Parts: sequence; C-alpha cells; structure tokens
Amino acid sequence: MSRRSLRGKVAVVGIGETTYYRHGKSPDPEFVLALKAILAACEDAGIEPHEIDGFASYSNDRNDPSRIAAALGLPALRFSNMQWGGGGGGGSGAVANASAAVACGIADCVVVFRALAQGQFQRFGAAAPGGTAAGEPAYNAPYGVMSPAQRYAMRAMRFLHENRIGPGAQRAIALASYHHAQNNPRAVMHGRPLDEETYDSSRWIVEPWRLFDCCQENDGAAALVIVPAERARNFKNKPAYLVGATLGSEHRNAARVHNAPLYATSSFTTVAPQLYEMAGVKPKDIDVVQSYENFTGGVLMSLVEHGFFKAEEANDFLKLENLLAPSGKLPLNTSGGNLAECYMHGLELQLEAVRQLRGASTAQVRDAKLSMVISGPMVTPVSSMILGTEETVQ
Amino acid sequence: MSAATYLPAGLPIPVPENDGLDKPYWEGTRRGELKVQRCKACKTWQWGPEWICHKCLSFDLDWVEVEGKGRIYSWERPWHPVHPALKGHGPYIAVLVELPAAGNVRMLGNLVGDPRQEVRIGAEVEAVFEPHDDARPPFTLVHWKVK
Repeated sequence: MSRRSLRGKVAVVGIGETTYYRHGKSPDPEFVLALKAILAACEDAGIEPHEIDGFASYSNDRNDPSRIAAALGLPALRFSNMQWGGGGGGGSGAVANASAAVACGIADCVVVFRALAQGQFQRFGAAAPGGTAAGEPAYNAPYGVMSPAQRYAMRAMRFLHENRIGPGAQRAIALASYHHAQNNPRAVMHGRPLDEETYDSSRWIVEPWRLFDCCQENDGAAALVIVPAERARNFKNKPAYLVGATLGSEHRNAARVHNAPLYATSSFTTVAPQLYEMAGVKPKDIDVVQSYENFTGGVLMSLVEHGFFKAEEANDFLKLENLLAPSGKLPLNTSGGNLAECYMHGLELQLEAVRQLRGASTAQVRDAKLSMVISGPMVTPVSSMILGTEETVQ
Repeated sequence: MSAATYLPAGLPIPVPENDGLDKPYWEGTRRGELKVQRCKACKTWQWGPEWICHKCLSFDLDWVEVEGKGRIYSWERPWHPVHPALKGHGPYIAVLVELPAAGNVRMLGNLVGDPRQEVRIGAEVEAVFEPHDDARPPFTLVHWKVK
C-alpha cells in the first residue's frame, strides 16, 4: 500500500445546504438548488464565490460544473470531476477526488456538491414501465428485482443469516436516526419521532426491510468547500482537516448477476483498512460516525467492516443507547441521516461530520476530534473518510 | 398467458445485450437449456456473462449446459410494488441460487409456489423454465422450486 497520503493536506472550511424537502416538493429547479447550496457554503466559509476554482460530485449529478462556473461568473475553472458509478457510494469519493486536486495543486478551492429534485426528474425508488431490459437488468427486472431495495436486500439477508443477527439490530439503527432528527430543525422528520412499536408494525418494503429501514427520497442540495491545509485557519469557522479518504471495492464486487465472491458485504472489506492505514488511527479512536443509510442492513455491515464491532457481536452492540449522542459507545447519524434528516444522497452526512468537529451539531458528541463518514454501502465503488480537528493531523 | 406465469405480464422483457455477449444464454433458455460460461483454457466457471475469463484472462469462453439443480444462497420477499405491472399483486419471492455443479455460480429467479412460504437458505431447488411465447420478442425465464 502506498505511503503517499491525503492526511492533513486539506480542510473543509465551508458547508451549506438548501432547505430539505420531501421528494417532488422543491419549489426550485434542481440547478437552482445546486447554486443555493454552493452559495450557502461560500457564506459559511466567508469567501466570495469567485474564489471557487473547481467542482467535484458523484452519481452523475446533472448540474455540470462548467454551467455552474458560467452562472456564477467564475474567473477560471481548474477542476471538474465526476466520481464514476456507485450512486451514493461516491460521496466520500468526491471529497477524496476534490482533496487530491487541492493537495496536488490542480486547484485551490474546490466545492463538492450534490443536488436532487426528484419531482423534476425520475425517482430512484420507482421503475420505468414497460420496454426491454438488457445486460444486468435482464437478469433482475423480469423477476421483479428493480429498485435499490430489491437489488440489495439479498446481500443483507445472507449476512443476517450467516451471523444469526435478529431484527433488533436493524431497528436500533433506524431508531437512532429518528431520535437524532428530533433535535435537528433541518430534518424532514423533525417532529416525527419513531418508537419500537411503530417500527415493528410498519409494512414490509422487501423482507428483510420494513418501511423505516429504507431511506427517504428528497429534494435539496448540499455543498462543502475544500482548501489547502496551510490556508485553513483563514476562514470564518473552525476547519475540519481531512485525515483520510478512500474509495473502491473488494475483488470482483461487480461480478454480474449477484456473483460477487464476498456477496454478503457492504463492499468496504478493502476500503476500510486502507482508510485507517492512511489516517493512522484505529476504530476505537473515532468519536462519531455518519454511516449512509440506503437501508439499515447496509449500515450494519458497514460498521462491522469499519471495525467497530464483530458481526457476531451485532445483536449486543446495536442497541439504541449505544448509538446515541452525546455519550453512547458509537454515536451514529447524529443529524438524522438519510432516514430522517434528508436523503441528500448522503452528502448531508459530510456536513454533519464537519459540524461535530465545530461543536455545532444538534446532537453534539462531547469534544469530538475524529469524525467519520461512510458512503453508500453495498454498491460499488463505495467510499469513506475521516475528518479531524487540527490536533489530529499535527 | 399471465395466469401461467409467476409474475403478471408487463414487466421489462429481457433481451440479449446488443454486443451479443449473452445471446447463447437467452437462446438456450428458449430450448429449455441452462447455459453458463466456462473458460476453455483454465476450466473456470463464470457467471454472469463477461467477454473474458476473470481467472486466466482468456477470451476463449465456452457456453456449457448445466443441470438445473442448486441450493438457495439468499432470498428476498418484495411487498412494495415499484412497477405498474405489480400494483395490487402482493408479495413474491426472489431467490439467489448457487449451482454446486458449476463452480457455485449464482443465478437469480423467482421461487415458485406460495409467495408467503417460509424460505430456507441452503434448501435444494431445481430449475423451472417459464416460456413467454406471446411476448415480442418471445423469451423464457428460469425460476426455481423447492425439491
């Protein structure tokens, strides 16, 4: 493994988001959402938008950086990057790509963003009617395996089976997100608490996942600003330094028709060890984790693969009290995450990781110094990252 | 026709990829044959289809008919209809089946029978061919049933 590293080379100095809406409810077109989030991140950093010289995003975001650069009248565009494949698995990957560009001098001030208006465009969770299916979909869609939940449920089902994990483990993950969202006025599910009985009696979407195991679909946009570490102190808010960021997936993860050799994984078995190697820290050093919930079973596997507990310990570890800020063993999804804050395709998790280091979360972990984000379990490529306070990269 | 099929008509119709990669598979199902790739050079079984052997990187891959016998590796039971053809249909079962006689490659299909049946990982299953002769173009799906 390479000793070359992004550790301590760059920092996140600005974060911004739009109002988060239920899907189809944004009064603004998607491009306007993107612009508003980017301007909010500039405001938070205390910079003029003209200082931006690059953009990175993921999952084929429809808002082309060249159009944004023209719309904002940027003097020059120096970096325009799309993380290939993997949907929400690209969230931390986009941060890694932007960070690499800044660290290596391709650009000086790169914005990572994601914007979604699922009313203006098609929803993720609905299949298009009729027609033909070729390639991978030909082996899935005619059998009624179409949506992301249907596509990934069998990975989780196998993992739950192999490790004898009961339904309480997934439930605790859902309850933690909803619990934290009740403190967060940005959260779409703010004011809508979830209890065990409501979870247990909710309808199946696809076994082993009930309604509350599945992410929302939302409209909105989020953005963050990345600059070189040597400039990081010159901004309005406390910087969040990049301690590590990695992306990818294990051997033949994308083998077609569900033939990945290690099928029952969240795809992090090689990515997570590389992250810790780059960061020079261990799982026990991490103070707070934001872990992308497409589905709770994916979070469960992500936490195992990032070394927070062993698969056979999942039933004991995944209890609600262990997952709550301020003082649980592993405070998880402290803004409400994809389940209960907003499905901003996971980028809201990066913003929350920064807030934890600033001491500005609505579910603050005391004296948080190392803040992790895990992006997009079960897809490929996936990605994850660790941010830290200045002392963690000295 | 829909009465004879596991899921209602109107779901996407599978067709071979336009570069011809998996044409032998889909043509085989029309004849009631289950075909899997096998490398002529190193004899590695390979599924899903790809142009190159992942083991020895030979492009010389054979299509070998295998017995439709396997065991359930994983499964799911969708309830929420995400496609218009499934509205009001109720739950159904999809299974991932590994084929021990073909290097444990896995195939996906529906588990025929009661859609509310208990499903056991490891259960022995056999292939059931489901022709859709009236579809345009016609095709055949491969389902599984508990032995």
